Amino acid sequence: MKSLDELKAIRDRMKGQVDIREEGSDATRVVVGMATCGIAAGARPVLTAFSNAVQERDLQNVAVVQTGCIGLCMYEPIVEVYKADGEKTTYVKVKPEMVEEIIDQHIIKGNVVTKYTIETAKLG
Amino acid sequence: MYRSHVLVCGGTGCTSSGSAKIIETLQAEIDKNGLHDEVQVVKTGCFGLCALGPIMIVYPEGSFYSMVKEEDIPEIVSEHLLKGRIVSRLLYQETVTDDGIKALNDTSFYKKQLRIALRNCGVINPENIDEYIGTDGYAALGKVLTEMTPEQVIQEILDSGLRGRGGGGFPTGMKWKLARNIVPDADQKYVCCNADEGDPGAFMDRSVLEGDPHVVLEAMAIAGYAIGANQGYIYVRAEYPIAIQRLEIAINQAREYGLLGKNIFNSGFDFDIDLRLGAGAFVCGEETALMTSIEGNRGEPRPRPPFPAEKGLYGKPTILNNVETYANIPRIILNGAKWFSEMGTEKSKGTKVFALGGKINNTGLVEVPMGTTLREVVEEIGGGIPNGKKFKAAQTGGPSGGCIPAEHFDVPIDYDNLIAIGSMMGSGGLIVMDEDNCMVDIAKFFLEFTVDESCGKCTPCRVGTKRLYEMLDKITKGQGTLEDIDKMEELCYYIKANSLCGLGQTAPNPVLSTLKFFRDEYIAHVVDKKCPAGVCKDLLQFTIEKDKCIGCGMCAKQCPANAITRTDYIAPGKKLAAFEIDPAKCVKCGACIEKCKPGAIYKK
Repeated sequence: MKSLDELKAIRDRMKGQVDIREEGSDATRVVVGMATCGIAAGARPVLTAFSNAVQERDLQNVAVVQTGCIGLCMYEPIVEVYKADGEKTTYVKVKPEMVEEIIDQHIIKGNVVTKYTIETAKLG
Repeated sequence: MYRSHVLVCGGTGCTSSGSAKIIETLQAEIDKNGLHDEVQVVKTGCFGLCALGPIMIVYPEGSFYSMVKEEDIPEIVSEHLLKGRIVSRLLYQETVTDDGIKALNDTSFYKKQLRIALRNCGVINPENIDEYIGTDGYAALGKVLTEMTPEQVIQEILDSGLRGRGGGGFPTGMKWKLARNIVPDADQKYVCCNADEGDPGAFMDRSVLEGDPHVVLEAMAIAGYAIGANQGYIYVRAEYPIAIQRLEIAINQAREYGLLGKNIFNSGFDFDIDLRLGAGAFVCGEETALMTSIEGNRGEPRPRPPFPAEKGLYGKPTILNNVETYANIPRIILNGAKWFSEMGTEKSKGTKVFALGGKINNTGLVEVPMGTTLREVVEEIGGGIPNGKKFKAAQTGGPSGGCIPAEHFDVPIDYDNLIAIGSMMGSGGLIVMDEDNCMVDIAKFFLEFTVDESCGKCTPCRVGTKRLYEMLDKITKGQGTLEDIDKMEELCYYIKANSLCGLGQTAPNPVLSTLKFFRDEYIAHVVDKKCPAGVCKDLLQFTIEKDKCIGCGMCAKQCPANAITRTDYIAPGKKLAAFEIDPAKCVKCGACIEKCKPGAIYKK
């Protein structure tokens, strides 16, 4: 290593990974239901996709965590997004390919992706 | 990429309570559940709560599992890591509240702490240089080599107000300035790190080396640039195998990355570091003795001046700083002197790490801003004294320090305040004592240590500490006189004034400070021939209260000296005859007290 840029490259690559070890209560929380029902419906690839996407984009203050059964097993995999102000959005029957859109539209820009939410699913 | 990181403490404390086995089992369970691509296991340095080890923390949730057992691992993996159900039963109970789990930083142990020197301990994997770089590691070295002159670096450290964390509290920037300027045409200079942590009860340097070894390497390179040295030595005691192993790994990784070696960051600056292992002599923590030992000679101090900044290692200008001092340097460079000098008290800036030990609930490592009171450290962070006992005194500064009695519980801790009340900061060992500790016995314990560790070069220390110890021994045996106390005091001042190095000059401190604050205990030993705390065996008498004795005979069975026999007396309401202790035969081991169900045996 002979330049600061090389050092910075390593730092940027590692930062997203080490940042996961910080605690912040003002964070946006992405909660993935990972009980037996969720796992059976395919929640694990969804969880991994969220986790990777957050780290790849180096999103600050976004925590991807698991939870148990949310109680709506028929709608699994369920993902709940809690913004810092406490507002909750519930996405249902989430697939890994929907993750990009939820991150870009909702978590970064703040526009809820209504077509995937539980309200839409119930209407349909 | 990993969605979850499981951090397991690999410091000495948790390693001795079995964390290596925990890591192995954890990894196996994770593999078994097919989670190895999703969950990363990281072995870190010390979290500080050594009393609750082995410690494990799971991110992103930040769930803090304490006293983890091997058999709990499958449950943690299948419930928490796979299904996301935190196993609250196994959490550190202070983090569990009625409405869920509170953050670790909100618990009383961590709330008042401010971690600068320890900021990476328990957060990164010390054996992975990339993780250190990921937390801004080596950015400070990059900054000084590309943007700052050596004079600017020294000025920054001077402005920060950082003082040596090894005990004396000498301003670090001043030391560097002297070493840079005092011999203008020196052909060779050295940067040394004092990792010969020898105070009984102090283990912060070990924890920094184990948890964040790169911070010391980076800071030494910065120091080398500032004073104009290209070689560094870390003098670390051989009793710290984990620290040595991680330092070796760190040095090799830094060399591989070109962060040590020739032409660092293309700046033309060369710097390399080697380890020197110490055999564990306490005197080698003294700077001149340490350097003599690095040179390969018997570790003995020499008179100063000349100070090491002028004539140090191999006769060349040398700076020697303590591990914790170095751990502050990169942060000061990155955040600025102003940031650092805003913390702490007027003359003591920044934070200080304390190793809490003795009669305290949360044994472990804490870092607090200078000026925090002893009460906050002991009662809030330390969780108070076990079994509802009363705080009697805290010992700081190890064998060179003194006792702080309860009346000074609210004194803000900094270098000058501690000296004003007859103790010293030392390296930061803080041993808490309760009403069951005899202060004469404590003084004797520390003197026994200094007698053992005196190198023998100068007479005041070699002979003086021995005589002092003998007088203390006499007093604990009930053979002391009031004249002995006066003589002891006189001898203390003589040793302080005439010893060659810091070891002798401070060795009488434990005696002087206990005499100052607990003279009545000395008087009790000498005049009443009693030990008020019930520690000094020769002054104790074990007796059985006959009316309480149920005659079960458990005490007699336990007695190794056959000193307990049955009498003819049957207490009212009891069925069997009571026992009694023959004081002539009793060896005062206390085995009978432990076994006595009705609590009929007393020591007085």
